[in-house]
Amino acid sequence: MAHSVENITPAARPAGEPILRVENLVKHFPITQGILFKKKIGAVKAVDGVSFELHRGETLGIVGESGCGKSTLAKLLMRLETPTGGRALLNGKDIFKMGGGELRRLRRNVQMVMQDPYTSLNPRMTVGDIIGEPYEIHSDVAPKGDRQRRVQELLELVGLNPEHVNRYPHQFSGGQRQRIGIARALALKPEVIVCDEPVSALDVSIQAQVINLLEGLQRELNLSYIFIAHDLSVVRHISDRVGVMYLGKMVEIGSDAEIYERPTHPYTQALLSAVPVPDPDARAHRDVIRLTGDVPSPANPPSGCRFRTRCWKAQERCSVEEPLLIRRAVDPHPSACHFAELRNPVA
Amino acid sequence: MTDIQVQPGHVPTGHALLEVKNLFVEFHTRDGVARVINGVSYHLNPGETLAVLGESGSGKSVTAQAIMGILDMPPAKIPGGEILYKGENLLTMSEEKRRQVRGKEISMIFQDALSALNPVFPVGWQISETLRTRAGMSKKDALARAVELMDLVKIPAAKARIKDYPHQFSGGMRQRVMIAMALAMDPKVLIADEPTTALDVTVQAQIMDLLGDLRRDLNMGMILITHDLGVVADVADRIAVMYAGRIVEHANVHELYKHPAHPYTEGLLDSIPRLDSKGTELATIKGLPPNLLRPPTGCAFHPRCRYAKDVCRTDVPASLNLGNGRTSACHFAKEMLDGTLR
Repeated sequence: MAHSVENITPAARPAGEPILRVENLVKHFPITQGILFKKKIGAVKAVDGVSFELHRGETLGIVGESGCGKSTLAKLLMRLETPTGGRALLNGKDIFKMGGGELRRLRRNVQMVMQDPYTSLNPRMTVGDIIGEPYEIHSDVAPKGDRQRRVQELLELVGLNPEHVNRYPHQFSGGQRQRIGIARALALKPEVIVCDEPVSALDVSIQAQVINLLEGLQRELNLSYIFIAHDLSVVRHISDRVGVMYLGKMVEIGSDAEIYERPTHPYTQALLSAVPVPDPDARAHRDVIRLTGDVPSPANPPSGCRFRTRCWKAQERCSVEEPLLIRRAVDPHPSACHFAELRNPVA
Repeated sequence: MTDIQVQPGHVPTGHALLEVKNLFVEFHTRDGVARVINGVSYHLNPGETLAVLGESGSGKSVTAQAIMGILDMPPAKIPGGEILYKGENLLTMSEEKRRQVRGKEISMIFQDALSALNPVFPVGWQISETLRTRAGMSKKDALARAVELMDLVKIPAAKARIKDYPHQFSGGMRQRVMIAMALAMDPKVLIADEPTTALDVTVQAQIMDLLGDLRRDLNMGMILITHDLGVVADVADRIAVMYAGRIVEHANVHELYKHPAHPYTEGLLDSIPRLDSKGTELATIKGLPPNLLRPPTGCAFHPRCRYAKDVCRTDVPASLNLGNGRTSACHFAKEMLDGTLR
């Protein structure tokens, strides 16, 4: 069942054409049996019909628990995976139909910052080589004699000492390594950066430094971010709009105020209520929704609404009819629940 | 300044179950000696939750490993200090006696349940292993008790899952298996080292609830090691904040969040993204944690401290007793509390 894109028009929508428009994106990983003759016996439905828009200079946060498909979504947008179905239009052109020179330009335009700053940098390359490597492939961006200077500019931009260009990754701390990863992503002057859990591996005091850096760069270079994270307070801080994913589906999307203050989907409500609040006095009057059980397997998702097995509101209708991600009467932002309603008071 | 007495960094109340006294741990590496614990003292009363809060490298896990006696020595060395359990010093005990304490009196759960469990044995076998070898139970009795323990930690259909292997469980369920293993011998102290860091928020809430219930029902003392200020606010009675191998602040949970008495604690609390910080730049603690091979002179936090003065660069601050069981290792702790520190 395709969600029509017309429905997904968030209230706080910036003017102009979106830079990225994702329509009904699907990625199924086949489960095979047999060694010589592989027989497909099923599919892991990692991303199952996701649609959203990203505007210029905007940050779209994507939250969800592990296994909800948020990292697969990131890989699809980077065109590191081929989708099973759907489209993703960057400046009006489908990225999955690109080839040759067009694809090379896409690679330049969409960059990624990875989660783990320890494993995403080659330990045998100097920082200068790591950040300068994109210029080897896209040699037209920076002429050869100019590269060293560019790399040093980038280091300065992300708050590292330009003289450290000949150092190796192990000589840097986690936060500094993440800055190197960000500098590398910026090397080709992209328009869109996909950040997949960019601060989860960092300590609290360092996390704030990297978030500030990302926000500063966005203002300065007019970047658009897809910011994937499981930490809801970090996502709220940095995002203009937020999408909540559950088991391969987007269950709710809206401006940060809509999602955090007026969530209507029970999963969003449960997720928000489970976030520990750094205030011991809130213990007594916190109203935490305790979800029971675990996320079902994406290879065999429940019929109808995928959240119904853990939902306290689930009724007969939820198991037969899949709720669409459409605007609900109770609050004007899209929510995929038959019984969408506000819950008071939400934490 | 006369009303402040200089004391070793803790104030035990009543009869502490577990007491760490002026503990030092160093690691001998090729590049020199890293002093990772520099005079840590804390205590734990029966039935209470003490949170040890700190960033990576602050020494929070090493302290726990020293209590459990599972530090690799060498490279680690304990040049000084005492760890008293019910008044007996664990560090001078014979290894045989110490084995009796480990697991039976003090037990520990680890962050990463998948790597802490043995992948080639069923979980029931792993939970019952201690019961067979330590309590001398028969295979059958031990397995029956393992089912009870799995029920206790609320693993659904425990009886049917006893022969399952760790990979067949989800992350949250694996952590429950670890908790069941730790509880097998009815310990009096449970050390939980980042028990929910690898878990999703909804599962984290389930596990923290479970730990809280078990602590209450079994009247255990719990040491919760974490870097998450949110989790701590939810469950802890007291908090010890560690930085560069020292406890820089120790306080009741409510007081600590309301009026931090150490600039590091204040910096940590300020750097959490909050609802009202939206659109503004997050406050940060500038710089990086120190390299313990070459720690800064004076107060280890001074290169990152926004209030640092001359005395901070030269003198190591003593732990000041601020009354009410509160201590802070800052030269200007009192001014911090008064709000007069600039």
